[in-house]
Amino acid sequence: MNVMTNLVAFDVTRIRDDFPILKQTIRGKPLVFLDSAASAQKPRVVIDAMVQAMETQYANVHRGLYWMSERTTEAYEAARDATAALMNANNRSEIVFTGNSTGAINLLAHSYGRGVLRPGQAVVISGMEHHSNIVPWQMLRDAHGIELRVAPVTDAGELDMDAFAALLEDGKVGLVAITHMSNVLGTITPAERIVKIAHAHGAKVMFDGSQAIVHRKIDVQALDCDFYVWTGHKLYGPTGIGVMWGRKELLERMPPFMGGGDMISSVSYEKSTWAAVPHKFEAGTPAILEGIGLKAAIDYVQTIGYGAMAAHEASLTEHALARLAGVDGVRVLGQAQDRGGVISFTLDKAHSHDVATLLDRQGIAVRAGHHCAEPLMRRFDLDSTARASFGVYTTHAEIDALVDGLVRVREFFQ
Amino acid sequence: MSPSDSFDDLRDLYQEVILDHGRKPRHAIRLEEFDATAKGDNPMCGDRVQVWVKFADDGIGRVGFEARGCAISVASADLMAETVQGRTKTDTRALFAAFRDMARTGTCQACDPSLAEPIERLAPLSGVHEYPSRVKCATLPWHALIAALDGAKEASSE
Ligand SMILES: Cc1ncc(COP(=O)(O)O)c(C=O)c1O
Repeated sequence: MNVMTNLVAFDVTRIRDDFPILKQTIRGKPLVFLDSAASAQKPRVVIDAMVQAMETQYANVHRGLYWMSERTTEAYEAARDATAALMNANNRSEIVFTGNSTGAINLLAHSYGRGVLRPGQAVVISGMEHHSNIVPWQMLRDAHGIELRVAPVTDAGELDMDAFAALLEDGKVGLVAITHMSNVLGTITPAERIVKIAHAHGAKVMFDGSQAIVHRKIDVQALDCDFYVWTGHKLYGPTGIGVMWGRKELLERMPPFMGGGDMISSVSYEKSTWAAVPHKFEAGTPAILEGIGLKAAIDYVQTIGYGAMAAHEASLTEHALARLAGVDGVRVLGQAQDRGGVISFTLDKAHSHDVATLLDRQGIAVRAGHHCAEPLMRRFDLDSTARASFGVYTTHAEIDALVDGLVRVREFFQ
Repeated sequence: MSPSDSFDDLRDLYQEVILDHGRKPRHAIRLEEFDATAKGDNPMCGDRVQVWVKFADDGIGRVGFEARGCAISVASADLMAETVQGRTKTDTRALFAAFRDMARTGTCQACDPSLAEPIERLAPLSGVHEYPSRVKCATLPWHALIAALDGAKEASSE
């Protein structure tokens, strides 16, 4: 049956029917939503899964010895199985649920950073990180005597691989924490090569897959990385749930981050002992409904298939880059060879905030600002850009609407 | 797009006055001689402004500014510089309060009748109230101006 669905060509009209919000009009115009990289819209199956759980079986998970708690625990833990399968994790216990990517990176910076790394060691990030993959490492640096090194970005918006390798030469680097896809430039970083270089110098690797998970099939065993984090709301799932995958032997060496209920084996005033992984890292009542919603989102994405999603997105990106190149005064930031459906640009006649507001008047939603990547903006001598980003439901006609809208904005400012 | 494109849908926030002052600000200059200066910074969007004030008698003689930001913030700085010239400090603070009220709500409910004329001049900016995240673009230059009047170097963010 799955073979059959995969044979059916990608039908964006049918996919759009799965997303109730896309029937909305904004200021009397059909919604053109081009901000999926910030957070994606939710398909009906995700909405229904969460509502149904609340209406029929909701109870707290783990330890409730009654029917509803057992059913909810099963449904919540099924999210862990689905996540492990999505990423091809070796073992479901390698999946740690967090609040979002930011929560996952902070967990890692605390538990691995303070618990395993030693003062004098270094962490390498890149020049195209989201603030959430900069600030936790800065805090680690200041609290724990870890050096923070930044691998530069080329003018084309790619990772400078020679400079990256040079940063690892002295063998002091304990961890490389790098984005797998830039939320500003759309650049996909060469993950396999990064891992090879890092491992050859004795460093572990964490990828921030917040964007990549939406566009590429992630196989953590094939990548051979050590940690991989992402956030549910960008993969058509609910807010409030994120994922940290880590190799089991590493997770076992790491002390817990937060203490409380659910993460213990036993507690006395003298001493407490920790639950096994992953529960050691999941203190407190988890994001139960969000986990159930995430499972539905993963199932949804798996049914469409990464192959089809990536092909659709590549076609949209190519179309958008070609059309934007034809608009006077538009400058696209970054020309990476390997890139996903996120495009940042500036317009010569108007500031990006004005561009975003004037596009909104035409029913078109884009993001404008520094995109939580101020150092990257500074690298390109900019304060802000406008950004259009695509999802499974994005159409070529919506990109045409964006281009027409931009032409009008430029004329308006002429 | 054809020349007959009316831009009506874009015009309600970006009135001609705003486009004009955003494009060709009259007071976008660093004053050589000044009595007070302060900066304003909107970390959410990266807008930055600095204002210089020269006092005259018991009020504001002249205001100049440098702004890096959107058309709304540049136009607002320019309209501000134009409007506060020749006003007392007390007057200017009252005008700021009224303007902020208008930027947030679209109208100036409790406006003192004595402020009717300057508020009328600033009224083209009232459309920002529809965009809560952009209200700060319009008020940032004013925050910097008030900081300068207070003898502060930097506008405290709201
Ligand atoms: C590359 C990247 N990393 C991290 C994040 C942070 O995600 P979250 O806010 O869900 O923690 C984002 C999203 O904004 C992102 O695009």
